[in-house]
Amino acid sequence: MYELEYSMPSSVNDAVAEIKKSSEAKYLAGGMTLIPTLKARLSSADMLVDLKGANLSNVSVSSSEIVIGSMTRHCDVASSSEVLSSLPALAKLAGGIGDHMVRNCGTIGGSLANNDPAACYPSAVLALDATIITNERAITAEDFFVGMFETALNENEIITEVKFPIPEKASYIKFPNPASRYAMVGVFIAKKANGVAVAVTGAGENGVFRCSEIENALNSSFNVGSIDNVEISPDGLNNAIHASGSYRANLIKEMAKRALNEMI
Amino acid sequence: MPDGGSTGIGASVKRKEDYRFLVGEGNYTDDINRPNQTHTYMLRSSSAHAKFSLDTSNASKAKGVVKIFVGTDMEVGSIPCGWQVDSKDGTPMREPAHPPIAKDKVRYVGEIIAVIIAETLEDAKNAAELIDVNYDDIPVIIDMQKALDNSKGLVHDEIESNVCYDWEIGDSEAVDKAISEAAHITSLDIRNNRLIPNAIETRSAIGDYEHATGQYTLYTTSQNPHVIRLLMGAFVLGLPEHKLRVIAPDVGGGFGSKIFHYAEEAIVTWASNKIRRPVKWTADRSEAFISDAHGRDHVTSVKLALDKDGKFLALKVDTLANMGAYLSTFASSVPTYLYATLLAGTYTTPAIHCNVKSIFTNTVPVDAYRGAGRPEATYLIERIVDKAAREMGISQVEIRRKNFIPVDAFPYQTPVALQYDSGNYNATLDAALKKADYDGFASRKAESAKRGMLRGIGFSTYLEACGIAPSAVVGSLGARAGLFECAEVRVHPTGSVTVFTGSHSHGQGHETTFAQLVSEKLGISTDLVEISHGDTNNIPFGMGTYGSRSLAVGGEAIVKAMDKVIAKAKKIAAHIMEASADDIELNNGNFEIAGTDKSMSLADISLAAYVPHNYPHEELEPGLDEKAFYDPLNFTYPGGCHICEVEINPNTGEVKVEGMTAVDDVGMVINPMIVEGQIHGGLAQGIGQALLENAAYDNNGQLLSGSYMDYTMPRADNFVDFKVGNEVTLCTHNSLGVKGCGEVGAIGSPPAVINAVVDALSELGVNDISMPATSEKVWNAINNAKDKS
Ligand SMILES: Cc1cc2nc3c(=O)[nH]c(=O)nc-3n(C[C@H](O)[C@H](O)[C@H](O)COP(=O)(O)OP(=O)(O)OC[C@H]3O[C@@H](n4cnc5c(N)ncnc54)[C@H](O)[C@@H]3O)c2cc1C
Repeated sequence: MYELEYSMPSSVNDAVAEIKKSSEAKYLAGGMTLIPTLKARLSSADMLVDLKGANLSNVSVSSSEIVIGSMTRHCDVASSSEVLSSLPALAKLAGGIGDHMVRNCGTIGGSLANNDPAACYPSAVLALDATIITNERAITAEDFFVGMFETALNENEIITEVKFPIPEKASYIKFPNPASRYAMVGVFIAKKANGVAVAVTGAGENGVFRCSEIENALNSSFNVGSIDNVEISPDGLNNAIHASGSYRANLIKEMAKRALNEMI
Repeated sequence: MPDGGSTGIGASVKRKEDYRFLVGEGNYTDDINRPNQTHTYMLRSSSAHAKFSLDTSNASKAKGVVKIFVGTDMEVGSIPCGWQVDSKDGTPMREPAHPPIAKDKVRYVGEIIAVIIAETLEDAKNAAELIDVNYDDIPVIIDMQKALDNSKGLVHDEIESNVCYDWEIGDSEAVDKAISEAAHITSLDIRNNRLIPNAIETRSAIGDYEHATGQYTLYTTSQNPHVIRLLMGAFVLGLPEHKLRVIAPDVGGGFGSKIFHYAEEAIVTWASNKIRRPVKWTADRSEAFISDAHGRDHVTSVKLALDKDGKFLALKVDTLANMGAYLSTFASSVPTYLYATLLAGTYTTPAIHCNVKSIFTNTVPVDAYRGAGRPEATYLIERIVDKAAREMGISQVEIRRKNFIPVDAFPYQTPVALQYDSGNYNATLDAALKKADYDGFASRKAESAKRGMLRGIGFSTYLEACGIAPSAVVGSLGARAGLFECAEVRVHPTGSVTVFTGSHSHGQGHETTFAQLVSEKLGISTDLVEISHGDTNNIPFGMGTYGSRSLAVGGEAIVKAMDKVIAKAKKIAAHIMEASADDIELNNGNFEIAGTDKSMSLADISLAAYVPHNYPHEELEPGLDEKAFYDPLNFTYPGGCHICEVEINPNTGEVKVEGMTAVDDVGMVINPMIVEGQIHGGLAQGIGQALLENAAYDNNGQLLSGSYMDYTMPRADNFVDFKVGNEVTLCTHNSLGVKGCGEVGAIGSPPAVINAVVDALSELGVNDISMPATSEKVWNAINNAKDKS
């Protein structure tokens, strides 16, 4: 790691002021992605602005939505009684990320800002039509994910919280990459008042996407059998050492079936 | 099994070494820091094959830099290979020069091109980024088949071929004749996947030169410090033994990868004299992936000839073995003497022929890794036997029983050089069938089928040769060193004991097992015994730990030294008690005059030996401290039966290991708990090879699986509870009757796993799947079979 400065401001405003002091500064959340890349010199920063002091780690729930502060750790989402009772699929998703250390440090904001194409949270955000709240604005899920490791965030913009509308039912299943245990394919299905949404992570060349083929099938008949006849094209899916596009296409269907089995 | 009392042979004594490891007070190489020490960063090639030049002028001026060395600065000997294999036409193997720092050409990604020595590691890394490297790329050779065509390019221009040697063993005429007449021939093409050892402690080395005395000390993560002293001292740096001390303190795993003499060891030792300061280097994990020797990587085609009843008539094997870019210490012996000599397995196959071409490629050097050659042999034997049984409609159990070497045939001379001393393959098979509840398999399979799952069971009735030694034998096979072991047993004045052993524990629990030998023989508790290893200044001599040789060779050397201690102690006791030495018997730690109640303890005798007031000075020297060298007559031959049961989800190809049973014959068991632990670890690596691990290169020579994000290390949830048992036949040529347990798990299990996968898929018409059998590969095999039917 290159030498760098460190600061931990006590509010979002102070954090923004702090980061503007240098063009090479970066926000630090759980550090699970950022610190290893700095150590391997794959990225560099001359200052880390730690968001831990900015009061962003709270979970609240109303009848229609769950609001999760961006610095809420995966372990806290996984064990939150509010999340467990109103959106258990999200608690399960968080509880399946990485290992204990990753869950005890990694945050929802860090995960979304990073937008790793194999990360789990983006599928929930997209399927549930969550809204990303920042210090500057509210961004819809559809607009937020731009491409691999790319989001709609402006320079120095901070995610402060994520608002998840509560669906009728939801389920998330991931087929882990055997080595990294990130999602080789992860499927999040949400049954909402206005229809079924299916978001797929891990598989797409450009990151998370909605799978309209399965959505259409499930909107016409919400059962496992209707997925059987869906054709998923391997075009646009990742072709890498652990899985080809056509294998991932198969896994999308299979994981969707497993998710649906949990919902019915 | 003998009853050695509470801490003798057969007792599951808790590992003495674990306390210091568990409280974080082990002493590993990276824990050591020398006064005024510098830190080193090795700049490594990012190109797999290129002419290169570099400019270090900016880097040399960077903050904290002490010195930068490039290849031409280090005019020393070539890193040697310890084993000469001759081709079948009599020509010696091709041995290209292997400079510690590449001079003008690089041959694999990871090869060292510059050594940056600085006040801190960060300073060294910062400076490395200022080095300008210019690569002039040359076509890269990765595929072994393509490498055979030398016109497509050479890894080493000066040796004019990519073939290191073209070697054979066995009677090819007899084999060809048997094949032409056989009732049935089974053929198979096999790739034994390349693996990366991944010891938990990465390699580290500190060179420390003392100007006033001219003494060099190398601290290193080694399985065999004396071998490093010999190879590096004599061949690379020209340092005589008395001026070079090699210390391998606690070592955190090796699996073979820490046997070899590596460039970094020579570099830090040499550089510590050049800059007159200690020089330290520790690999980070990414570096380990591209600089530790890799394992396996064979491509083989095999034919088995059988008579109409399924008796094996002949085995014909053709292998390409990847050497990587340079010959590592044991590389040449692994696919020859540690591989082809094993091809009889547990069977009476009368004619065997094997041809091996070892190939240079633009990849990390390949060398011994847990099992070294024997897993590759076992895999092909047990796979082809499995396939033959399926083709001929004989059960997997029956075909093996039909061909086993019978118990009364030992000593058994194989057609490929080895002579097995003992074994009982039906006994291990029977015990494993019971433990695995083979009889219940059909109902478990039916139950799986109800859930839409495919279930399979697979066998491996393997054998291996370990206790790597007889110097005379390995010498005749090309080894450039002896393979004996040495021990010194020092009884201190008050009766406690320190054993100095040339074996080197890097996780195996020697400090406990060896202490148990002393407890058993001298009748004292293991609490009174300390095992010392890993320092060439303390240990008289040693050849180190690999090839499951520590107990069978190193342990026997300790026993031999103890025999000398006992003989001398008897004489001292006889003198003091005024009896004849012949009448002294050693019982439970007491030296007794037979038939009387007069006796002396070991402590009484040792005190008399060091305070020799009443002592047989005419006959004996004072002191009680004996040394022995031991060079065995033969290898040892553990064997056994591994049975794996898997369940496969046909929709995704996921393979779940549902059962893993191993009944092994490792000879006499000294500490059952440690043996079970060794088997567990071996099974984990064997299952890892079969289902998960693979070192993948792209066509440009970049390692695709260069981190844990892509290299699939097995984890606890990939396994089930292992069922482990043993059925002992004693080794006939060592006094303890021990064989070795360090590698059997990794040797025996991979074919059992793959045979189970193939068994599960056989109803679809699948008859082979390559390692690692990933879910995608299995899913593809299922789909291809469906397409065909
Ligand atoms: C071994 C391992 C396994 C993992 N497995 C999984 C898995 O299975 N599934 C999965 O989804 N993920 C997985 N992860 C990733 C994990 O979820 C991380 O927590 C996540 O990628 C980053 O979160 P973080 O809080 O650690 O962020 P950091 O590493 O601290 O930051 C990541 C990036 O986001 C920026 N950032 C952080 N917070 C904010 C914010 N509030 N506003 C704006 N920018 C911000 C930082 O500047 C940085 O660029 C794994 C990670 C590891 C190390």
